[in-house]
Amino acid sequence: MADTGRLTRTAAPASSVGPVTLLRIAIVLITLVIWEVLARSGWLYRDVVPSLLSIGAALFDLLSTPDYYRHLAVTAGEIAVAMMIGGLAGMVVGIVLGANRFLSKAYEAFLYYLGPTPKIIFFPIMIMWFGVGPGSKIALGTLSCFFPVALSVAAGMRQIDKVLIRVGRSFRASTWQMVVKIYLPAMRHPIINGLRIGFGVALIGTLLAETKLSNQGIGYLIIQAYAIFDMPRMYANLIVLFVLAIGVNALIGKAGGLDSVRGR
Amino acid sequence: MPGGFFQQRYAPAAVGLGSLVLFFVFLEILIQTNLISRFIVPPPSEILESFERIIVEEGVIGRFFFTAQECLIASAMLIVFGIAGGVIIERYNLLRRACETWVAAAAAAPVVLAYPLFMVIFGRNMWTIIMMGFVAALPPVILKTIEGIAGTRKVLLNVGRSFNLTPMQMFWKIQFPAALPTIFTGVRLGLIFALINVVGVEFLINFGGLGQLINELAERYDLGGTYAAICFVILVSVLFFMSIEKAERWLIPVD
Repeated sequence: MADTGRLTRTAAPASSVGPVTLLRIAIVLITLVIWEVLARSGWLYRDVVPSLLSIGAALFDLLSTPDYYRHLAVTAGEIAVAMMIGGLAGMVVGIVLGANRFLSKAYEAFLYYLGPTPKIIFFPIMIMWFGVGPGSKIALGTLSCFFPVALSVAAGMRQIDKVLIRVGRSFRASTWQMVVKIYLPAMRHPIINGLRIGFGVALIGTLLAETKLSNQGIGYLIIQAYAIFDMPRMYANLIVLFVLAIGVNALIGKAGGLDSVRGR
Repeated sequence: MPGGFFQQRYAPAAVGLGSLVLFFVFLEILIQTNLISRFIVPPPSEILESFERIIVEEGVIGRFFFTAQECLIASAMLIVFGIAGGVIIERYNLLRRACETWVAAAAAAPVVLAYPLFMVIFGRNMWTIIMMGFVAALPPVILKTIEGIAGTRKVLLNVGRSFNLTPMQMFWKIQFPAALPTIFTGVRLGLIFALINVVGVEFLINFGGLGQLINELAERYDLGGTYAAICFVILVSVLFFMSIEKAERWLIPVD
């Protein structure tokens, strides 16, 4: 039986280049060919669809410029702080609302309906409160991140097995012990899921704020590329950003033992 | 008992609304006593007064209809292309296995950041806003359509087979109606994303309806007006979410 297992495992890579992989390669190739034909045809406005070569060159240029990593660090720092503040506040509020039915009925509706409103419209307020520097971007990221985390944690709290809570109480655990030893471990998946969605919206909030008013960060680089009409550079920025966003999203999902893509 | 029922049902809502009113009263006092600068946060009474001004002078109703029109066009495109895309991907197993992960990955990508690109392609007009709303909201509709159709109960499919239904009949009479509640969940998510992106891009490119109004008022440093316009957008969003939620509940059959 053990041998069969080993055989199956060694056979797996060979079968992985199956019809699905071939179809994926074909789709990518066809898309790239269509793109290149469009770029060279002159049917579309010049530079709207730049050639793959120029995008590749811009990508290489972007990734080999040390200044790009400074901007990346600024954005990453803003998102990290936003996640920390928004995630923590969301978790605390979620635990309080999830643990108390009355409070949940009183206040959760506000979170539920305010959660999906477009957060970028709060940016003028954030500028007035926190200035034009990174503070306003962090604040917008925090605001974006808070709602999904709070709602996810509150829902997760209500789904905790009642037996676990009774066990904690029978051991006369304090509120802190209940949170640390029972609630948080039992809510691992809702918390990670909330953080994953929170990361996505914090990233969008922070970057959009950077495109609106900033002199550093990835959002600033994107809008700068637009302002000087450097389309290959804009594509390069977007490609790197999308890859990073999808990668971090998948990593958070994997860290929490979630299926990184289906859970959304 | 009726008193108890009343308390159980309405007391939390009363506490929630009461706290909100108290918060605004407290804020008003703090601002009037100069503990919070009115040049950063205008008093709630001033925001209330500004509502009349933004309705009469800034044409907020007309702007609302402009944004609604953009949302409507984006939603129509979303429903047609999202559901059609989901059906096509689900229909061909190989295509589904190859593309479903990509669509899910696209849902995780911050597509709205591509708005400068859309401005280059479509220009600074309503089509940039509509297309941005449409593209950013497409993945959930496709994913939920795939999930809905693939999740059709086996017993229903067997009934269809026992009647010798053609694949087309099977789809229109069995699979599509059975998938409708799940598809609507995807459409609801899509509509929410579309609204968020439409208003967001209006604000960012300073064009269109409600989003542009907020940007203009903020640039004029009309604090009362900016806050009132933001409150108006929140109100519209909340009413929008409530109505599509009601529509979803109406559509999903009770077990």
